[in-house]
Amino acid sequence: MKKIFSLLAIIAALTFSSCSDDNDDNITLNTEAQTTFSFKHTWNDTEVTSADFNTIQYTNENGEMLSIERLRYVISDITFSRDGQDDIVFDIYNLVDVTNNNNTTLSLDENIPTGVYTNVSFTFGLDNEDNAENYIDLNTENFNVPEMLGGGYHYMQFDGKFINSSDAEQGFNYHAIRAVDNPGMNPTFPQDTFFEVNLGAVTITNNATFQVQMNIAEWFKSPNLWDLNQYNQMLMPNSTAQIMMYENGASVFSLENIIQ
Amino acid sequence: MKNWLLFLILVLVFACSSDDKTETYEPTPLALNIPEIFEQNIISPVIPNNNPQTVEGVALGKKLFFDNKLSGDETMSCASCHSPQLAFTDNTATSDGIDGIFGTRNAMPLFNLAWNYGERFNWDGQALSLERQALEPVQNPIEMHANWEDVVLKLQNDPDYPELFRLAFKTSTITKELVTMAIAQFERTLISANSKFDKFLLGQATLTPQEQNGLNVFMDETRGDCFHCHGSPNNPLWTDNIFHNNGLDANFTDLGLGAVTGDSNDNGKFRSPSLRNLAYTAPYMHDGRFNTLDEVIEFYSTGLQDSPTVDSLMKKLDQGGVNLTTQDKADLKAFLLSLSDPSFLTNTDFQD
Repeated sequence: MKKIFSLLAIIAALTFSSCSDDNDDNITLNTEAQTTFSFKHTWNDTEVTSADFNTIQYTNENGEMLSIERLRYVISDITFSRDGQDDIVFDIYNLVDVTNNNNTTLSLDENIPTGVYTNVSFTFGLDNEDNAENYIDLNTENFNVPEMLGGGYHYMQFDGKFINSSDAEQGFNYHAIRAVDNPGMNPTFPQDTFFEVNLGAVTITNNATFQVQMNIAEWFKSPNLWDLNQYNQMLMPNSTAQIMMYENGASVFSLENIIQ
Repeated sequence: MKNWLLFLILVLVFACSSDDKTETYEPTPLALNIPEIFEQNIISPVIPNNNPQTVEGVALGKKLFFDNKLSGDETMSCASCHSPQLAFTDNTATSDGIDGIFGTRNAMPLFNLAWNYGERFNWDGQALSLERQALEPVQNPIEMHANWEDVVLKLQNDPDYPELFRLAFKTSTITKELVTMAIAQFERTLISANSKFDKFLLGQATLTPQEQNGLNVFMDETRGDCFHCHGSPNNPLWTDNIFHNNGLDANFTDLGLGAVTGDSNDNGKFRSPSLRNLAYTAPYMHDGRFNTLDEVIEFYSTGLQDSPTVDSLMKKLDQGGVNLTTQDKADLKAFLLSLSDPSFLTNTDFQD
């Protein structure tokens, strides 16, 4: 009799706890959501990971064959915009290191309210205010920009080799930074070259993972058809190249999916 | 009566155990003396959880580092190839062991090792921690050519070592792992951050115009472009501790990292050495092929060799390099020498 009673008690407890879990789902979990950003990399429709590095296998829009040897970039200031309310801004940065498969997923420390957002965005690189800060983890990663070019940090280091017009392998360093002229003690900055990546409107109902895609091929495509024979190395002090990178960057990122 | 007896025995047992000092003894923690310039700019050093720095561990490691007992015929110590007066390296292209046979690699200088965040040591990254690194030279037949069992036995039979190990690790039973843990603790204290350039960054020294232009050459992507691999004023380790093929050879006689990983994409890659203390660490490169800094700078300026794994950061390979002017080469050398730290050579904590 005791055993039967115990069994009944366990069944009853399980039943109630199951019910209360369901209630929690409806009440608690729907008011706040944890958000995660997962960065995936492709060459057009083909996924790219570090396992694909070091082999000349990609053809850019200008017809040049190339390899990827190193790819890492900073994203920052993730922002959730709402109608009639203040934006929710995460004043953070994250170095996505594809070479070493580090930080390709970023979970935000604080939850956001569920609901309708008119836009979700992040900054490619660092805005000028953030770029003036001293980040010891980025220093440790050797991601700095020389003082003569204004200091701060690279937005992206994308290195590889391409087959040049003499049919020889040649290195390229597609390094994106804040565009700068007059390198030296008093550099000048023709225009900002960090940019906002808009992922669009989204309704968040639960914990959400934003799968963001960088199509690497787009860096070479439009509006500036990139000629690696002309622009390959020593591009950091070349403001023309930096502005072209900025312009081409507009079509590089897209929201592939939201899992929630 | 029986209960009283039991009580008395228990009291005695606890009284005895509380008198046993070995059970309560703990080695004295010793924090690393992190330089201000590191504290301001880079993340904290790596100290393994299972080998914390202690006063007793460091003292033991120092004694072991300088002790010839670690070699087969007791003629060599770690310091034989890693001399404090040469920033803990030697002055030959490669080093000879106890049998007079020379190896194939230049002895690496030892400093700021706790800031090697990837914890891959040696030129080729074969050693995956500082503790493991110290295992190899002792038993390497062309280095100290000893047998670890013999070394441990010698230390165990020594009148001093068992007690020193007890003080450092709470056991007087010596093992090769404890030997290398002590050596690693000592090596982590070898910190060098008191060069003229460090003082300049702290506002305590002024660069000459030549040194200033040398820094500009170093940081200029169109001239030296050294900073992408060798740090900057913001990363005062002056290395990325990462593996690169810097264009030394068109064909490799030493595969470097490639021999360790088995990946042909790593062939010819070696760890970037720090540019600190170059005044004391000639000859240069993994095989010590360059006797002077002038030769090194000339190599980067005009001597680069192409190969499938040459780093894409190397520029103008078809011209042999960036072709620095005579003035820029001289100024770059002056700047590089400003990264040398004479106080590191004479620090009494690091001497035998």
